[in-house]
Amino acid sequence: MAKSEKASKAPRSASRIDRPQEGEGGAHGLRRTLTLAGRRKKTSRVTIEAAGPASRISLRAPAESLAALSRALGVKLPEQPMGSAFGKSGDFAGTKGTGKGGGRAALWLGPDEWLVIDTEGGDPIADCRKAKVLHSAVDISHRQVAIDVSGAGAADVLSAGCPRDLSLAVFPVGAAARTVMGKIEIVLLRTAEDAFRVECWRSFSDYAFTFLAEAARDVP
Amino acid sequence: MGGETTVNQSFRLANAGRLGRAKTVRFSFDGQDYAGVEGDTLASALIANGVHLVGRSFKYHRPRGILSAGAEEPSALVGIHRDAARKTPNIRATVQELYDGLTAVSQNRWPSLSLDAGAVNDLASPFFAAGFYYKTFMWPKAAWKSLYEPKIREAAGLGVAPDLPDPDHYASRYAHCDLLVVGGGVAGLAAALAAAETGARVILCDEQTELGGALRYERGATVDGQPGWDWAQATAAKLAARDNVRMLTRTTAFGYYAQNFLGLVERVTDHLAEPSPDQPRERLWQVRAKRVVLATGAIERHMVFGDNDRPGIMLASAARTYLNHYGVAVGRQIGVFTANDSAYWTAIDLKKAGVNVAAIVDTRDNPAGPAVEEARALGIELNLGRTVLKTGGRLRVSSMTVQAKKGGPERVIPVDALLMSAGWTPSVHLFSQSRGKVAFNQTTNRFVPGDYAQACVSVGGCNGTDGIGPTVAEAFAAGEKAAKEAGTTVRRLSRPKAETSESWSRGMAGAAPGAGPDSKAKAFVDFQNDVTAKDIRLAVEQGMRSIEHVKRYTTNGMATDQGKTSNLHGLAIAAETLGKTMPEVGLTTFRPPYTPVTFGAIVNHSRGALFEPTRKTPMHEWAVKRGAVFEDVGQWKRAWYFPEAGENMHAAVNRECVTVRKAAGIFDATTLGKIEVVGPDAAAFMELLYTNPWQKLDPGRCRYGVMLREDGFIYDDGVVGRLAEDRFHVTTTTGGAPRVLQHMEDYLQTEFPHLKVWLTSTSEQWAVIAVQGPKSRDIIQPFVEGIDISDEALPHMSVREGKFCGVPTRLFRMSFSGERGFEINVPSDYGPAVIEAIWNEGRKHGACMYGTETMHVLRAEKGYIIVGQDTDGTVTPDDAGLSWAVGKKKTDFVGIRGMNRPDLTAGGRKQLVGLKTKDPNIVLEEGAQIVADPRQAIPMTMIGHVTSSYWSENCGRSIALALVKDGRGKIGETLYVPMPDRTIEVEVAGTVFYDETGARLNG
Repeated sequence: MAKSEKASKAPRSASRIDRPQEGEGGAHGLRRTLTLAGRRKKTSRVTIEAAGPASRISLRAPAESLAALSRALGVKLPEQPMGSAFGKSGDFAGTKGTGKGGGRAALWLGPDEWLVIDTEGGDPIADCRKAKVLHSAVDISHRQVAIDVSGAGAADVLSAGCPRDLSLAVFPVGAAARTVMGKIEIVLLRTAEDAFRVECWRSFSDYAFTFLAEAARDVP
Repeated sequence: MGGETTVNQSFRLANAGRLGRAKTVRFSFDGQDYAGVEGDTLASALIANGVHLVGRSFKYHRPRGILSAGAEEPSALVGIHRDAARKTPNIRATVQELYDGLTAVSQNRWPSLSLDAGAVNDLASPFFAAGFYYKTFMWPKAAWKSLYEPKIREAAGLGVAPDLPDPDHYASRYAHCDLLVVGGGVAGLAAALAAAETGARVILCDEQTELGGALRYERGATVDGQPGWDWAQATAAKLAARDNVRMLTRTTAFGYYAQNFLGLVERVTDHLAEPSPDQPRERLWQVRAKRVVLATGAIERHMVFGDNDRPGIMLASAARTYLNHYGVAVGRQIGVFTANDSAYWTAIDLKKAGVNVAAIVDTRDNPAGPAVEEARALGIELNLGRTVLKTGGRLRVSSMTVQAKKGGPERVIPVDALLMSAGWTPSVHLFSQSRGKVAFNQTTNRFVPGDYAQACVSVGGCNGTDGIGPTVAEAFAAGEKAAKEAGTTVRRLSRPKAETSESWSRGMAGAAPGAGPDSKAKAFVDFQNDVTAKDIRLAVEQGMRSIEHVKRYTTNGMATDQGKTSNLHGLAIAAETLGKTMPEVGLTTFRPPYTPVTFGAIVNHSRGALFEPTRKTPMHEWAVKRGAVFEDVGQWKRAWYFPEAGENMHAAVNRECVTVRKAAGIFDATTLGKIEVVGPDAAAFMELLYTNPWQKLDPGRCRYGVMLREDGFIYDDGVVGRLAEDRFHVTTTTGGAPRVLQHMEDYLQTEFPHLKVWLTSTSEQWAVIAVQGPKSRDIIQPFVEGIDISDEALPHMSVREGKFCGVPTRLFRMSFSGERGFEINVPSDYGPAVIEAIWNEGRKHGACMYGTETMHVLRAEKGYIIVGQDTDGTVTPDDAGLSWAVGKKKTDFVGIRGMNRPDLTAGGRKQLVGLKTKDPNIVLEEGAQIVADPRQAIPMTMIGHVTSSYWSENCGRSIALALVKDGRGKIGETLYVPMPDRTIEVEVAGTVFYDETGARLNG
């Protein structure tokens, strides 16, 4: 318990993509509406805020495709439960200046399933296509919304609704899991000792944020 | 009543207890102001002021006092009132910590506690014996609900539930540990200490404010040379300081569930005068522990004898707790009635504190040992081999009547408090909840943990281990072992050494001598439910053999205290009456919760906005601004209709329906489920999951798909677009989205794992805007890039990928209205901007926004079904008129065998048809039954029911869909819909009411 509460450097906001991505909406000047834009809750021990938009794919592939897909994505697809992996350079949102991430993370969600998140405006679908191996890559960038939960009390706040053991020994930095929080499904990624990224479907994001903010009242 | 004189704490002793010169705390009870000190419970503060009468009993309204000093309290239940909304009933005064300004009220009395009209029940008590309610209020039967039950509930019962919403909030926490120790007495502390020193993750919980358990009152114990209580406080502080230990005080483990999952409730603010608004009142802990140590101690039993329930009669250990911890004497003239040694120690402590002990009455003929010797040496009168027959007094005990066990002369001894101890019952509640089996120890005459069902161990009092030395040794070893089993490395630890000058022996269970079968005494077994020894004997005499039946017939042990003091007595009396031994009769099952748990703690965050997720589409706020009225569809909020100034729903829907067919309408279809089916075997998989053929569907084309369950009935439907050879965009019903994906995954993983195909939900990736109507193409034309949307290039049931308003789109040419229509899928974040653009263009063409109601009417005009409305899980494709959607050449798909079963293909099935009322202005009720002959006698033979029914402004009449037996053969016939006030004539018709040829679909 105490270890998990050992504060590392406070997170700063990761790079944001709140403009339309390359080639999107430009001519029409189309406005992108982020569901949780501006939502933030802070106590002395925890900060909860909406993360910026990201490219996301649901990647499904058999074992024999993994090497080629890993090369194409620039991320070694993890093969162990709760595993995650990051790109080689640049920060993945939330990894906070570790110099790791390459703006891209791959989260193991099942024996043949990964959530690939790119916070730097990359196009993981196009990258996968280059691998020319059997796989399914489906764009879910807008299906999901992310919330950053950080600070010494982050794990306690999440534990208000997430039944998993979030101690550092069991759920270390880089651990990822599809789990539940309160009454919804989430994907949880530990980005630092005291920081988590919560991914959920967009229509559940208001519930997720409201839940976390309510739980934060108990982690003053 | 408030503001009366403050009563002095005249029973507070200067040189006793641990509260010392703590701060004075003011409180009131039934309008009378009192003073207590910080650290008091409500019970100890009341006793300090000489108050023992705190409530009236459940059934007989007998005056009741304070029996215990802990969680087992059956009698001293009060209401705690903070403000109008915070009125908590049935709080045990023995666990309620005192705070400044606490307001408590007694319950179940009228007009006042000392003069209670309900006490007439006590005089009439011969009529209220066990089973009284079952036997008496049988006739007339109808009166039970309207008269007897409400009256009985009014007369009986405990406190009054608050009538305002709970303004407090409650928190929740999941926690994991190597070892959960339940109970922070000497055993729990020793176990936690051992485990903590190995580095294991430990959670230690205790229901009390301070740790120490029985050391609160036991004075003779020392651990490592320190007085027991001091050792407990030092050890608690040491543990709390450790990183690997979480200490939860004021926390009750109330439930022990499967796989070492325990529910704990922590009381956070109930002891505070002014809680901060951000503090939760309680916090629910849901703990998953690798190992559990139960150190829940033992509970003292009362003696079962005549009038043993008067205020001032209490457990001996409780009186000792009030003395040694709170510094309060429970009376000035103490009587003791016991069947074991522990009560002697109370008498000894009281005597030494200067309180007069009138006599000890002991049912044993020749008790011996240090306690007896010391009592004798202190000059306390011992009455051995004797019993207390009855007591005197009304609102407070005033005397005890003593007699030799075998009878003889009675002697009345005046007392103002009577302390009892029949022995100690190991608290096996949680062990039993864990599905462990208790075993009866013949030597010590008690039930102790036997076979374990989970990874837990009991130590100390709850394990039947007597004496502090053996308890500490056992508990420390258990802590060490549990930590080791949980995976930590154990090094050599130094074990604490405990010893005590006190020792206790066994005691008795059942009625005391003189309260046997011949006695007319009101000898209470269960104080909270007013069950006497006589009631239990009566239940057996009337045929109850199983202890579970005895329990339910008498309600013994069924009150909120769960029979903590009464169960064993009840069992002993039942066994004696049955002529069996206790283990032959058996113990009743223990169930959670151990002590009452608030609904607030169980519900915790799940109230208000967090009661249920409310799902909104990306265009929700936009629709709000356009004045939409919403309806709930599952968890979704959907725009129902868009009224203009002065319009009611009917007018708005009529206008929307007409506008769509005349010009165009714009509709948010985002909530439809979407599943992307990807892989080289995608078409093969679709062939197996849907009735339709898919292999030959060209990329860029769509098909209406029907999905069956294995039994051949319709499960879901939706339009499916083929984006590429290896990629389908499947849509499902709004409500069906999660279960359809699950159904597909289930078959893919279990039946068709050889197929190279993957499924991904894209329901929320895409915002979907439907534009329907003759002007639809004109409206969207300006925004489309890279797609030819002419009728030739993009005919009905086509799909293309391209750009819309500059963002990626999947553009469907499809229709659920029967008009030329498009469904524009754009990435969700762009939904609001895209609908705004379409709306601005649409207005130029006379288009309107429309909601789900208009969508329903338009589809019904076209006879398009809604799965779950026009089908109910017993409708085959043929029943629904969808045979055309079943691939004729297909040899396999989920549901094909079910669908072709003889009874699903035989005549006489209900088929979907249209209904036209003879009077076009009558709109049928959905769900109304249909008959062929309205002149039949009731019950009539019903041949079908209405599934959908609307007013159709476009048709200028009402329209309806119905499932009717052999309906397609009855087209043109007249049927009848009997309603309470009239019978409605209808003509059976086809299902399409508008544009039968479908010409409008194609532009």
